[in-house]
Amino acid sequence: MTADGGILHTPLDSLHRELGATMAPFGGWDMPLWYRAGAVKEHLAVVQAAGLFDTSHMDVITVMGGNAAAFLNYAFTRDIAGLQPGRCAYGAFLDEQGHCLDDAIVYPQADGFAVVLNASMGQRICDHLKSLPGAADVNIRPLQPRLAKFDIQGPAAPKLLAPFLADADALFAKFPYFSFKGSFDLSQSDVRLADGTPILLSRTGYTGEMGFELFLPEDKAPGLFRSLLGAGSGDGLVPCGLAARDSLRTGAVLPLSHQDIGPWPFINHPWPFALPLAADGSFTKKFHGADALLAADATATLPFVGSDPRRVEPHDAVVLDGDREIGTVTTIVSDMAIGRVDGRVVSWASAGKPEGWNPRGLACGFIRVDRAYPAGTKLTLKDARRAITVEVADDIRPDRTARKKLEWKTA
Amino acid sequence: MKAFDELNIPADLKYAKDHEWIAAAAPFRVGISDFAQDQLGDLTYVEFPEVGADIGVGGEFGSLESIKSVSTLFLPVAGKIVAVNDALADDPGLVNRDPYGEGWLVEIAPADAAGLDALMDADTYLQHVKDNG
Repeated sequence: MTADGGILHTPLDSLHRELGATMAPFGGWDMPLWYRAGAVKEHLAVVQAAGLFDTSHMDVITVMGGNAAAFLNYAFTRDIAGLQPGRCAYGAFLDEQGHCLDDAIVYPQADGFAVVLNASMGQRICDHLKSLPGAADVNIRPLQPRLAKFDIQGPAAPKLLAPFLADADALFAKFPYFSFKGSFDLSQSDVRLADGTPILLSRTGYTGEMGFELFLPEDKAPGLFRSLLGAGSGDGLVPCGLAARDSLRTGAVLPLSHQDIGPWPFINHPWPFALPLAADGSFTKKFHGADALLAADATATLPFVGSDPRRVEPHDAVVLDGDREIGTVTTIVSDMAIGRVDGRVVSWASAGKPEGWNPRGLACGFIRVDRAYPAGTKLTLKDARRAITVEVADDIRPDRTARKKLEWKTA
Repeated sequence: MKAFDELNIPADLKYAKDHEWIAAAAPFRVGISDFAQDQLGDLTYVEFPEVGADIGVGGEFGSLESIKSVSTLFLPVAGKIVAVNDALADDPGLVNRDPYGEGWLVEIAPADAAGLDALMDADTYLQHVKDNG
């Protein structure tokens, strides 16, 4: 990481420029928006083959000590007491009002936990955690030294990454979705690149597609990124920027922190798995912000899918049920890997797609409205320019690969 | 993003400050410049006016939707829309790949051919991009 004029640069910065990236500020960092291929090709590559994303802007903190499990189980929405060894968990940190400060993935470590947060959120979440009961009994701090991180995502990701790993056979065996191998203390990590570099490999991601998030020493990141692209370009591997990341995660019904989740109660949204919900709607554990969530009104965040790629401007758009204004748009993107066939949403990856059919893309995203509307409800999104009809949906891009069995050897 | 010396700015076209181009002689096709398509990023949808519509100088003639934003198109000279590029419905990416060729947007009948004289030539336009880009 380097800084100039208040903007931060990842260890891959000069490589992005060499690859022709269009750069833009994001969360205090100068990040690639897209590369020469363009965001549509990058999005499609991750659905069809694989893409490589620099995610070194994300923050990691550690919560260490004998009481770390009990402390974090109160601080975090997700119940991590029963987490199996080698498993990680997605959830959120809430304030007293039940508002979301940030979402995170928690990784159990030898003497506590590592917590992977969004860009520039490390210090803020450290300060928040230090204000909670029991903080005096745990050691909370940003991970030092900072690690580089990149994500390889898409159905070809395992095959493309394998040659760069020491003993990929052993590593990829028993490696389910939301599990990881290695340690954030790289000196203790038994997972290595083929050249001996210790890494942490996590079978997670932000695209809904098969793949990994990889943590490694900053000085090793440019070399591996470059080597992966060199070896994988023939198989369709492309570097991908934030635009494709945003459209892929939206199609996968994943929230963007501070946009789809934020300063409002973290409930009545499409991510119930991030809460310790019992069948009757109560919570199975005590956690910070829980009482406020149980008292929250019925305002709901819902996924939607449009009928073509046309969007509205999210900042000045309203959601209408007939003539009645019922809410606002938090995210709207065009998922260019999907389209409608006889009204049904079909992906480029769907086995049942018609022969010769190519998706033209569909507008999709999240709305925040007065109450939950059932999937299939037709609503109108209206801005100064146009009104589009969208449908409340349970899911957006069908036939995603993230949860598929990890298979990497070509027959 | 393209460096200035990578931009393709053909010398036989006229340019508006909002980055539209228009052919200097019939057929008067209109499109957006290489600089504009590079700034917008991949196009996902193109919205056209009705064929036959009369549009004044600086009037709206549709919109371009890219992966990043929705942009209004402004006609650099007054005229009637005589054709729109239907191929963009299936493949809006033509505007990115070939902004002066297959990626043209509309064809117009200028109300007054002298209106073109007020537009920039390629050298002036490139300087405009460098100054304001």
